[in-house]
Amino acid sequence: MNANQAAESNLLAPNQQKELEDLPKDYPLSTSEDEEDNDGERKHQKLLESISSLNGKDRQKLADRSEASLKVSEFSVSSEGSGEKLVLSDLLEPVKTSSSLAAVKKQLNRVKSKKTVELPLHREEIERIHREVAFNKSSQILSKWDPVVLKNRQAEQLVFPLSKPQSAFAPIEHVVNGWKARTPLEQEIFNLLHKNKQPVTDPLLTPMEKASLKAMSLEEVKMRRAELQRARALQSYYEARARREKRIKSKKYHRILKKGKAKQALKDFEKLQKVNPAAALEELEKLDKARMMERMSLKHQNSGKWAKSKAIMAKYDMEARQAMQEQLARNKELTQKVRAASESEEEEEGQEEEEEPLVPDMVNGVQIKANGLNPWMVQNHFTDAKEAEIQKDLEDPAEPEAQETSESEEERAVVEEETLLKQFEERRSLRQKSELNHMAEPVHSHVTKDPGSQEVLSELRALCQKLITENHQSGKQELSSARTAQREEPAREEEEPMLLQRPKRARTLDELEELGREECVENKELPRTAVEGLQLEKNLSNHIGAPKEKKRKEQMIDLQNLLTTKSPSVKSLAVPTTVQELEDEEERDQRQIIKEAFAGDDVIRDFLKEKREAMEASKPKDLDLTLPGWGEWGGMGLKPSAKKRRRFLIKAPEGPPRKDRNLPNVIINEKRNPHAAAHQVLPHPFTHHRQFERTIQTPVGSTWNTQRAFQKLTMPKVVTKPGHIIKPIKAEDVGYRSSSRSDLSVVQRNPKRLSIRHKKHLENNCVD
Amino acid sequence: MKVKMLSRNPDHYVRETKLDLHRVPRNYDPTLHPFEVPREYIRALNATKLERVFAKPFLASLDGHRDGVNCLAKNPKSLATVLSGACDGEVKIWNLTKRKCIRTIQAHEGFVRGICTRFCGTSFFTVGDDKTVKQWKMDGPSCGEEEEPLHTILGKTVYTGIDHHWREAVFATCGQQVDIWDEQRTNPICSMTWGFDSISSVKFNPIETFLLGSCASDRNIVLYDMRQATPLKKVILDMRTNTICWNPMEAFIFTAANEDYNLYTFDMRALDTPVMVHMDHVSAVLDVDYSPTGREFVSASFDKSIRIFPVDKSRSREVYHTKRMQHVICVKWTADSKYIMSGSDEMNIRLWKANASEKLGVLTSREKAATDYNQKLKEKFQHHPHIKRISRHRHLPKSIYSQIQEQRIMKEARRRKELNRIKHSKPGSVQMVSEKKKHIVAVVK
Repeated sequence: MNANQAAESNLLAPNQQKELEDLPKDYPLSTSEDEEDNDGERKHQKLLESISSLNGKDRQKLADRSEASLKVSEFSVSSEGSGEKLVLSDLLEPVKTSSSLAAVKKQLNRVKSKKTVELPLHREEIERIHREVAFNKSSQILSKWDPVVLKNRQAEQLVFPLSKPQSAFAPIEHVVNGWKARTPLEQEIFNLLHKNKQPVTDPLLTPMEKASLKAMSLEEVKMRRAELQRARALQSYYEARARREKRIKSKKYHRILKKGKAKQALKDFEKLQKVNPAAALEELEKLDKARMMERMSLKHQNSGKWAKSKAIMAKYDMEARQAMQEQLARNKELTQKVRAASESEEEEEGQEEEEEPLVPDMVNGVQIKANGLNPWMVQNHFTDAKEAEIQKDLEDPAEPEAQETSESEEERAVVEEETLLKQFEERRSLRQKSELNHMAEPVHSHVTKDPGSQEVLSELRALCQKLITENHQSGKQELSSARTAQREEPAREEEEPMLLQRPKRARTLDELEELGREECVENKELPRTAVEGLQLEKNLSNHIGAPKEKKRKEQMIDLQNLLTTKSPSVKSLAVPTTVQELEDEEERDQRQIIKEAFAGDDVIRDFLKEKREAMEASKPKDLDLTLPGWGEWGGMGLKPSAKKRRRFLIKAPEGPPRKDRNLPNVIINEKRNPHAAAHQVLPHPFTHHRQFERTIQTPVGSTWNTQRAFQKLTMPKVVTKPGHIIKPIKAEDVGYRSSSRSDLSVVQRNPKRLSIRHKKHLENNCVD
Repeated sequence: MKVKMLSRNPDHYVRETKLDLHRVPRNYDPTLHPFEVPREYIRALNATKLERVFAKPFLASLDGHRDGVNCLAKNPKSLATVLSGACDGEVKIWNLTKRKCIRTIQAHEGFVRGICTRFCGTSFFTVGDDKTVKQWKMDGPSCGEEEEPLHTILGKTVYTGIDHHWREAVFATCGQQVDIWDEQRTNPICSMTWGFDSISSVKFNPIETFLLGSCASDRNIVLYDMRQATPLKKVILDMRTNTICWNPMEAFIFTAANEDYNLYTFDMRALDTPVMVHMDHVSAVLDVDYSPTGREFVSASFDKSIRIFPVDKSRSREVYHTKRMQHVICVKWTADSKYIMSGSDEMNIRLWKANASEKLGVLTSREKAATDYNQKLKEKFQHHPHIKRISRHRHLPKSIYSQIQEQRIMKEARRRKELNRIKHSKPGSVQMVSEKKKHIVAVVK
């Protein structure tokens, strides 16, 4: 209320002043009428008021004190006439409702509505709030370190000091200029770089590259690209075609293709001969050399794995065997006949025998090589086009040297022929000798000849034959050709059964047996010369015998299985019969049901077996210290003698009696070894001993690990460099931005907590 | 038949110089190297035994003080320089490589309560019982110059500790309150109190450098924020904390050395439960210092021994003592994390190896590989009883040994009693209090 009054008085003050100003205007009139009586005066007053209200201005006037009266109030409100009491609202309200007081009212209302200001908090309370806010703030700042701390705690390896010394930042040009090539390798590299003017710094383009880049216009680039695209398309097309052709299996097609190629080559060669004889000669020489190389190498001998296996496989079917026998016979026949045969035949023989690593052939080769001035050899180079064709044709590894010679011979003069005849005779004799030496081997190799090479051979033969028939019309040659043709046939026959072998392999046991028997008979029939073949076949028969036995055994096992599976059921049926009498029928039924349900497993027997096994396992084992080979012969399949074994056998001492020896229904496990238990641990993070064992099992040492792995495995967790000061981790070390403001500046800008009380305290404390 | 000849190129095995290292072919077939685990176990056993054989941690004793060594400080820029303050007001600067005192200053009258070096290593500050803070130059006075402090600040009360800010020219002292000083001024720029008690030690956080920790004699540890010039939180423990030390690699971790024989590692954001309680000492722990790698810390105790604790283990991995070493008052881990210095009552500063069996000096690569391998083996088989027993075996002075036994019995009895109480009271009415919670009285916000 006090406040209200004060405000009112303040607000009223200006109004009063206004009235004072107005006074001189109005009052002369009133003073003149002073003498009139009270009523008249009041009337006059009213009039005045009405006039003033007409004027529109709100005028509040002090009641004029025209006479001495008691009813005069300080606040210019005359209480005369009415005996009512004064109310505040009356005071507040203007005499006349006027707009000028609205603002005042509003202000008053506002003042009224305002509550009192709360008492300031206790200082300790304020401090506490400050502390909490500050704590939250700082812990927020600290929480940015959480990932760093976690990472460092889990790190495989930490290398201290954390902050690497700042490497001086130098542009690459400086480094390169300062560099000197010291080692030969570096020098070589630098030479290369400088030779190609390879720039060492950016941009990494040689001047040439730059020039080419500049030179090529857009159109050019487009053209070039189109060109490249076309080339690529063509290439892919050719590739596809080649692939397609390669996939064609028809022999006829290939033969024709080959022939065509040979013809083409011949033509080319002829052309070359005409145009450039020297080049042709060179070509010839090249071919000759290639052939010689081929002969020297052991590349295409018939002793490959595949060929051998084929030979073994051939034993399984009749046709193949017959074919082989035929071949053997023919081979024998041929080798025998060779002496009588003509030179050309001989050559053909030689051609066939090329495939065997025969010493004479090698000798031949060497001979030819050795006498480079041999007129015959020289002539060989100048053979006509046909021969060249042959050579080209027979680029095959099995290309026969002798045949070629024979071909050349055929076109030579008779005199030369005679001289050569002698040479060939010599060679033949040599070959014969060697063949006698290697009798077994060639036979075997004939048998094991693989179909692929056979095919090649037959082709060769056909080619040769043609040539021969073209060149020679002698009867002998015809004979030989007929012979080769004959030989071809069995060879092909041989192939087919081999291909058909598969289905025949799945045979019954009896059949196999029969086969074995048959083979034995056949073996007897075979010529004695095929020693190795025989051996092989014997092996084979053994092989056949073995599976048969196995099968029988299996049958036995099956029988036994049947027996064993039956036996428990019998037993289980027998048990209830003993107990039967005691039980009711229902129980019996129940039992029966259970028995039937568990008919398969015999628990008692299993238990007994288990116990027996446990007893066996717990028994101490004898120690056998026998060493094979000491004091007697040792080796595969030989066992040390019983006497020796007896001598070196250390009998284990009999262990303590088992605890469960008198308890038939119990197995007491005595495996726990108290001595070993002292070493058995399961450290904290592991829950199962197997987990722990697994960690222990992987060795760390360099004995078991490569150097790199060893280093990685033995990497220490914390590495410190000797003599280096390790500073506390910094925000910059881990990629955080440290605050730019220093702590000191912040403190200086923020002296809020240095209250007057503190200052006084400090002043007392510090007397400088 | 093709015969394959075995041939070796001499270039592959002949060494022209001793620097030529050829690849030696080795067969790692496991069948050729059987018994991996037993062999490695034996190696681990041997390594453990050798470690114990070579465990000779004591390196040197620096003597020269005429009273007990009260405080130690290391130079942040030089590994070889160490400062020590004694109870007679003497400060000595030592050279560790020469193991000699290179300078002696009579800094104060009465105790040198605290000593700290400036972050740049050019000067150091001391506080003493004579109510002064003095700043000294690290280098000795030139010829003819008198040994005088750079600045001296006289205070009204005794300062009991001092620490320097890690990056700026600010230092903090403690006594009746924690004062933050600008080096240029003679009045503190900020002064922080929380209750009235003597504060025994104050330490700046080395990472978030505006944070400070202090411990007062009314059993509490108080954290302060220098920027906001306000204390942050207070934790009250069972007994008085003598010192705290911040982890230099983990901003929010600090360890407090307590009078109740234990050390407490706290995360400053969660003070109600310590991260780890480290127990092994048998008397009050007087000082603690972290290894610069932040993985371990060393503590000095009134029981005449110092112990090394891994941060995450509650038991110490090492204990050092000698016959002549008395109550160890201060301890410091050198900045290369290789050595430990301890100052004790009987006027000596001792230098120890941080790893007792470590070979000092330069190691060849093979030696290094061997030590790494041995370390790994020891780690791998550390749980095996035999190895564990050997690696844990330490000889202790009789007093400590008997104390340990006694305390074990006491602890066991207490535990038994607690268990009994739980057993014989209404279920749930008596709770088992974990070791971590047991020692925290309250956390005041």
